[in-house]
Amino acid sequence: MRGRKVTFWLKAGQALALAVAVCFTLGATSPESRFTNLNHKLMCTCSCAEILGECNHVGCTFSTEELALLSTGLDAGSSDSVILDSFVAKYGAVVLAAPTKQGFDLVAWIAPFAVFAAALLGTILLIKHWSASRPQTEPQMAIPEMDAMRERIRRETDEDGGFEQ
Amino acid sequence: MATFGSFALLIALVLAAYNLLAGAVALRLLATGQRAFISPERLADTARRAGIAVFVAVVAAAFALVYSAFTNDFSITYITEHSNRALPGAYKFAVMWSGQEGSLLLWALMLAAYGFVLRLTHKMDVKLYAYAGTIMAAVQVFFLAILNFAASPFALLKGQIPEDGNGLNPLLQYPEMVIHPPMLYLGYVGFCVPFCFALGALMMRYPGEKWIRITRGWTMVAWLFLTCGIFLGMHWAYAVLGWGGYWGWDPVENASFMPWLTGTAFLHSVMMQEKKGMMKSWNVWLIFATFLLTMLGTLLTRAGLVSSVHAFAQSSIGMWFYIFMLATLCVCIFTYVLNRSHLQSDHHVESLVSRESSFLFNNLVLLVACFVILWGTLFPILSEYVVGNKVTVGAPFYNTVAIPIGLFLLALTGVGPLLAWRSTSLKSIRRNFVPPFIAFWAMVIVVLAAGDRPYHDGAWDSGQFYALVAFSTAISVLTAILSEFLRGGGVIRKQTGKNLFASILLLTRRNTRRYGGYIIHIGVVVIVIGLAGQAFNRNEEKELNLHDKIVVGPYTLECIGFSDDSNANYNSQFALFDVYKGGKKQFQMSPEKRVYQASQQPQTMVAIHSVPEWDLYVVYEGLNPGNGHPIVKAYLNPLVSWIWVGVLMIIGGTGIALFPSISPATASLRVPATRTVPTEHATDGGQR
Repeated sequence: MRGRKVTFWLKAGQALALAVAVCFTLGATSPESRFTNLNHKLMCTCSCAEILGECNHVGCTFSTEELALLSTGLDAGSSDSVILDSFVAKYGAVVLAAPTKQGFDLVAWIAPFAVFAAALLGTILLIKHWSASRPQTEPQMAIPEMDAMRERIRRETDEDGGFEQ
Repeated sequence: MATFGSFALLIALVLAAYNLLAGAVALRLLATGQRAFISPERLADTARRAGIAVFVAVVAAAFALVYSAFTNDFSITYITEHSNRALPGAYKFAVMWSGQEGSLLLWALMLAAYGFVLRLTHKMDVKLYAYAGTIMAAVQVFFLAILNFAASPFALLKGQIPEDGNGLNPLLQYPEMVIHPPMLYLGYVGFCVPFCFALGALMMRYPGEKWIRITRGWTMVAWLFLTCGIFLGMHWAYAVLGWGGYWGWDPVENASFMPWLTGTAFLHSVMMQEKKGMMKSWNVWLIFATFLLTMLGTLLTRAGLVSSVHAFAQSSIGMWFYIFMLATLCVCIFTYVLNRSHLQSDHHVESLVSRESSFLFNNLVLLVACFVILWGTLFPILSEYVVGNKVTVGAPFYNTVAIPIGLFLLALTGVGPLLAWRSTSLKSIRRNFVPPFIAFWAMVIVVLAAGDRPYHDGAWDSGQFYALVAFSTAISVLTAILSEFLRGGGVIRKQTGKNLFASILLLTRRNTRRYGGYIIHIGVVVIVIGLAGQAFNRNEEKELNLHDKIVVGPYTLECIGFSDDSNANYNSQFALFDVYKGGKKQFQMSPEKRVYQASQQPQTMVAIHSVPEWDLYVVYEGLNPGNGHPIVKAYLNPLVSWIWVGVLMIIGGTGIALFPSISPATASLRVPATRTVPTEHATDGGQR
């Protein structure tokens, strides 16, 4: 009986994984996606502090020039990194909407995850330490009335999940 | 009026200084038992009364500034720079917070208002309130000193008085701007109250956790105002800036978000202190950090520390804030070191899988999120300092780093309520986690079947991947929360015989704090669903002639006219569109672009048609200088209205949580006599 249940859940899991994998790979292609992707990695340099692809100032010569430069790079078949490098060479590092993953900029990316991991690990270790150092109570002698009461409390609190707030 | 305002500010400063000094002396006398020419209780009461009078003086100063705006008193520099004759009446109020000096006066006004209420309600605990009031007086002295000596809103104009002023920043000439800054400031300033109580309680080694209960209402109100302020700002950015989004990770937006995160962490972790006597030091430092972050936010907004689109209030008062923040930090550290023995926890977390640990992890994630935002906001300065190279830390960075953390936090929102206090049994986990687990995977399939493609064009689309995870986690969390309501409601139904809805209502009234909190969590889930919709935004930009069409999603917009208009305040250009869906005309839209006469600055007035599935968002970008044809950008932004609905749910949930629970006695009276059950069952449906 138990084996059949396990088999059922395994098969259900397989079917789910298959369905998810099929859906994941049924991707529709969009010719503009690379242009959009890149113009969202760059800033408009007119000091409007907006992402290049979202600068909506009519007559903004900066964004028009940048978008033209981006189109030229894409038409020439350049890779994303070559295009982004050409922007940095022309406008400076501030044109990139996020720090690069090289040199000191890498610190910007690593620090949040490092802090998260360290805090998570620290919290887990702290809880483990607390639970390990908890004074062990002597097992109480069986008192029928207390057992009955415990059982009643368990039954009642189980009805609503045993939660309290 | 300038003289009246200046004197009012000076009197307010003198009164606040008296409140601080007399309050401090009285508390010192009380603590040491020394004798003086006046009894310490009486001296403390005069200090309290001076604090109340500060409110009157600051209100007088604020009145003087608004009155000067309404009467176009251009002899005052601030009025000349931020107002003009043609400015509509409602925006004359907004003049007060449109610039550096006025917004500092608004800070002082809000602080005085909170102080006024605090000092009037002192009988709840005279000594604790005396400590809190004196600490608050120190903060008031700081702001009033700036207003008197560094950034006076009543400084007189040198030279000839102009006929008209420069006008209000166009970005502020929008109805929400009349309430967004006051809301935000009420939130910022509101966190000063729990800070004062926490510091005061620590200074006087306040016994027990009563101070937490006293400040809970203050903290929730401040948190609610900050929440409303942040979302009003988002809605304003969405409706005015015309870029189709609502959150740009601008440093000033980040500055408002950071204290919200630590404030949220505090609201959760104080429950642990109240119920279990845990995390006492942690809570004290959380509220210290929240207050310091509100100061940092004000510093970022005012001192031009980082570049921001919110450039309307920059100046050089940074040094004042640096000194004040440093002094505050020193006082906090000193008081903590002196009295840390008072903050020993009564208990510790006993198991990794327990309600207590979920609170701890919730706090951890909120603080990490706060760190990430602070790190991203300040990294350009750090980079410039270390390698001499200024970089931009924009949306792509935050989307990569903050979104996974946010989703983890969302998942914790669902997991927490499913865990029991102290330790959770495997049986309980199995029983409680199955419905959310099934809901999660069912939603994954539904979202994928609906067209979400996390992998396409040979590459991962992080936006669509996060949307998939967000939708699925949101539904999973919603299932977990609703099952809590259903389970509790089911118990009450069994006991009272009421229908399920009435039972859930009674359940909520019996424990407003818990179930109000759940409603807030549902609001957060709804907001996340709305935010996730952003991954499917579409837009079209087109230059249009008369009767040209632009198609976005299921809508076709036909341009039936474009024209211009003018009034004393601004000139405007606008286009009029008939909007068709399925070949039938549905409604009209008229996006607009204004150029304000006084400042000659432009402003977009976006046309938005909102339905639950999406917003049709049309921006009039201006005329093509070459041929005079309007350029229009139309967006289809899915699920945006869910964000605003979620905020309303948060407001409702907070209101419920603030409302006192009905007592078991009241509850049993309301149960029909024939159905009355034994008290032990009727009190709370087994919840307590």
